[in-house]
Amino acid sequence: MAKVTIDNVTVEVPDGTTILNAARAIGENVPPAMCYYSKLKGSGGKCRVCLVKVTKSSEANPRGMPKLVASCCTTVADGMVVENVTSPEVIEARKGIVELLLINHPLDCPVCDQAGECHLQDLSYEHGAATTRYDFERRTFEKIDIGPYIQLHMNRCILCYRCVYTADQLTDGRVHGVINRGDHAEISTYISNIIDNDFSGNVIDVCPVGALTDRTFRFKSRVWFTKPMDAHCDCDKCSGKVTLWLQGEEVLRVTGRKDQYGEVDEFICNTCRFERKKKSDWVIEGPRRIGTHSVISQNHLPYELNVVNPQIAQPQ
Amino acid sequence: MGKKILLEHIDKPEIKGIEGYIKYGGYRSIEKALKKMTPDEITEEVKKSGLRGRGGAGFPTGMKWSFLFKGSDKPRYLLCNADESEPGTFKDRLIMEKIPHLLVEGMIASSYALGVRTAYIYIRGEYMYILRILEQAIAEAYAKGYLGEKILGSDYSLDLYVHPGGGAYICGEETALIESLEGKRGNPRIKPPFPAVAGLWGCPTIVNNVETIAKVPFIINEGGETYSKIGIGASTGTKLISACGNINKPGVYEIELGLPVEEFIYSDEYCGGIKGGKQLKAVVPGGSSVPILPQRLVTKTAAGTPRLMSYESLAEGGFQTGSMLGSGGFIVFDEDQCVVRNTWNFSRFYHHESCGQCSPCREGTGWMEKILHRLEHGHGHMEDIDLLWDVQRKVEGNTICPFGDASAWPVAAAIRHFRDEFEWHVLNPEECTRRNYGMGVAAAEPELV
Ligand SMILES: Cc1cc2nc3c(=O)[nH]c(=O)nc-3n(C[C@H](O)[C@H](O)[C@H](O)COP(=O)(O)O)c2cc1C
Ligand code: SF4
Ligand code: SF4
Ligand code: FES
Repeated sequence: MAKVTIDNVTVEVPDGTTILNAARAIGENVPPAMCYYSKLKGSGGKCRVCLVKVTKSSEANPRGMPKLVASCCTTVADGMVVENVTSPEVIEARKGIVELLLINHPLDCPVCDQAGECHLQDLSYEHGAATTRYDFERRTFEKIDIGPYIQLHMNRCILCYRCVYTADQLTDGRVHGVINRGDHAEISTYISNIIDNDFSGNVIDVCPVGALTDRTFRFKSRVWFTKPMDAHCDCDKCSGKVTLWLQGEEVLRVTGRKDQYGEVDEFICNTCRFERKKKSDWVIEGPRRIGTHSVISQNHLPYELNVVNPQIAQPQ
Repeated sequence: MGKKILLEHIDKPEIKGIEGYIKYGGYRSIEKALKKMTPDEITEEVKKSGLRGRGGAGFPTGMKWSFLFKGSDKPRYLLCNADESEPGTFKDRLIMEKIPHLLVEGMIASSYALGVRTAYIYIRGEYMYILRILEQAIAEAYAKGYLGEKILGSDYSLDLYVHPGGGAYICGEETALIESLEGKRGNPRIKPPFPAVAGLWGCPTIVNNVETIAKVPFIINEGGETYSKIGIGASTGTKLISACGNINKPGVYEIELGLPVEEFIYSDEYCGGIKGGKQLKAVVPGGSSVPILPQRLVTKTAAGTPRLMSYESLAEGGFQTGSMLGSGGFIVFDEDQCVVRNTWNFSRFYHHESCGQCSPCREGTGWMEKILHRLEHGHGHMEDIDLLWDVQRKVEGNTICPFGDASAWPVAAAIRHFRDEFEWHVLNPEECTRRNYGMGVAAAEPELV
């Protein structure tokens, strides 16, 4: 076991735990994570929004680490002291990374099905600036339908690689991946392929932004107008434990059950996700408790930001 | 005349073949190593020599070797990094092209020291013709019994392969190199674990630069102590410097570390002075990734002491007034060159070569290039300079691999030392597309700025 202190709260965790998971064990001031996904081996390290400052490496080594480290892939050591929100340096760096994540982002939340449950949206509210300093043309791609169920909006992708790991680890024969390099890298099926297997729909659930969306839900409603209910069915392919997103009696969308970090408890099959769209297909368990992390769900205004509209009063 | 360890016989064409190479003393280290030394004794000699990695970071090679994890029965690998893609650096190529057996000999000796049975040379795809030269050399070495089963009748066996990359700078980063060699996309891995513990196929692996490996035969033949007496302080031995830019004699020079920079630039033995008798404006001393030094900091440090060609002296003053020896790509700019244009050029390279895996580097390199492009082409604003400074700071230190730093440092140093030149570009949008802001402008028309 190792004792680690994060933002002045001490917690004891098993050796080999990452700083991020130690923070999750504490439960408050958890660094954001756009690419790490605890259910996907090898994920993490890429988006850099989870950077934290280690001011003391361990009991044996009282020196801190020279650079900010990615909390999702740095393991704790006994006596380690970490600063997350208490470090202005971390907040500054995180702001910078959010800004960089947004420079080529289309900011098309009004027409994006992910809005309201998008991690990039949350992050931008918390750390982003109200205006952009990027005045060049944004990188664009054509949106493509990969198969009958999934649509890829590459413009919105943050290249977290979660969907790639999902396809690798959940299905046989991944047919999509990352092609090209740098800011021209894109998620793609090499030579126009379709993603076609029983678990392909999970890439939609793991995608932190609206790059991979459910075509059967496309433009049907906004997430905040739908009512999430936990439900299950007897499925021979997966656990059958899902969340239904209802509007009245109509099932608009079926997803895995997501926790407060946006991670599904269990991956579900395509039949459950795309084909069981009648309420009578399911045994309803009750309302799904949704974390209030989504700023939109709380009707927050970004008051702490230097908003362009001068009519919005700035509380002290 | 400084000591030559690698290039002593470079002017003898027959040294390319194994017969000629042996005639000039080649492959002696294999005999000595296999017959008279244990692997640990060789590592010990390398430690004593003070040899430091020539790929850019200057990490002590002996220490790196001693980190190689030996506690499992997994095979161990030695990889030679011949990806040489840093703008300004073209030194490894000379060894491989002219004295390929020196690298082969070094690989055999080092593999023996590390207990490696399979070793690879990972060479950049653009060096295809050199790949053929190396394959020829390897075939000759097999034929002579220096490679393969039971080398020279000993119990030691080794297979050596050359593997071409697909043409990506990032595959020179050691973990990206490993991914690429495994047949995957060349994305750098997150460290730890370090390759010495889990590298190629998850097995303990050492990655060394061509020049580093090529130094090993000398260390075995002459002893680590002899090597350590060459050079200066912790910068032992010699270093290949690829010199280019506005000098009279561009080329690859083997220098003894500790040589004054002034002598390197102006003496006829090396660069032979600035072309056309012009003035020196700036130097990038270690390949495109290292900070640029303005003229006043090239031959002297900020403290006024002579600047030497060594790891320590070039770094003296930190990033405020120093730079780095890096991979030894020495780029010289004369009074007429434009720093903004050059920085944009470097930036364009980093934008093109980022693997795109982590967000600060993927997005930041493109943004920096676009701002620099705008400044250089007369469309810049004053705020762009501060913005550029800010963007590079957001990239530096926040990325998976040092590529992010490498893309930020040249930009930071250019602004730090040549801010007036950036401002001139903004204030003279039309003129800056017609001509460069050389040193002459500043001297002749100071009121312009
Ligand atoms: C972006 C990047 C590119 C690199 N390219 C090269 C290269 O082309 N050749 C090389 O020898 N080392 C290169 N390196 C350094 C290697 O990662 C590694 O440190 C080196 O090969 C180790 O060998 P050494 O200890 O002998 O220097 C590069 C590093 C980075 C971060
Ligand atoms: S499509 Fe979504 S899940 Fe896949 S890499 Fe892009 S952002 Fe990540
Ligand atoms: S710093 Fe750049 S090159 Fe290195 S892993 Fe990140 S994106 Fe790739
Ligand atoms: S969550 Fe740690 S780098 Fe993305």
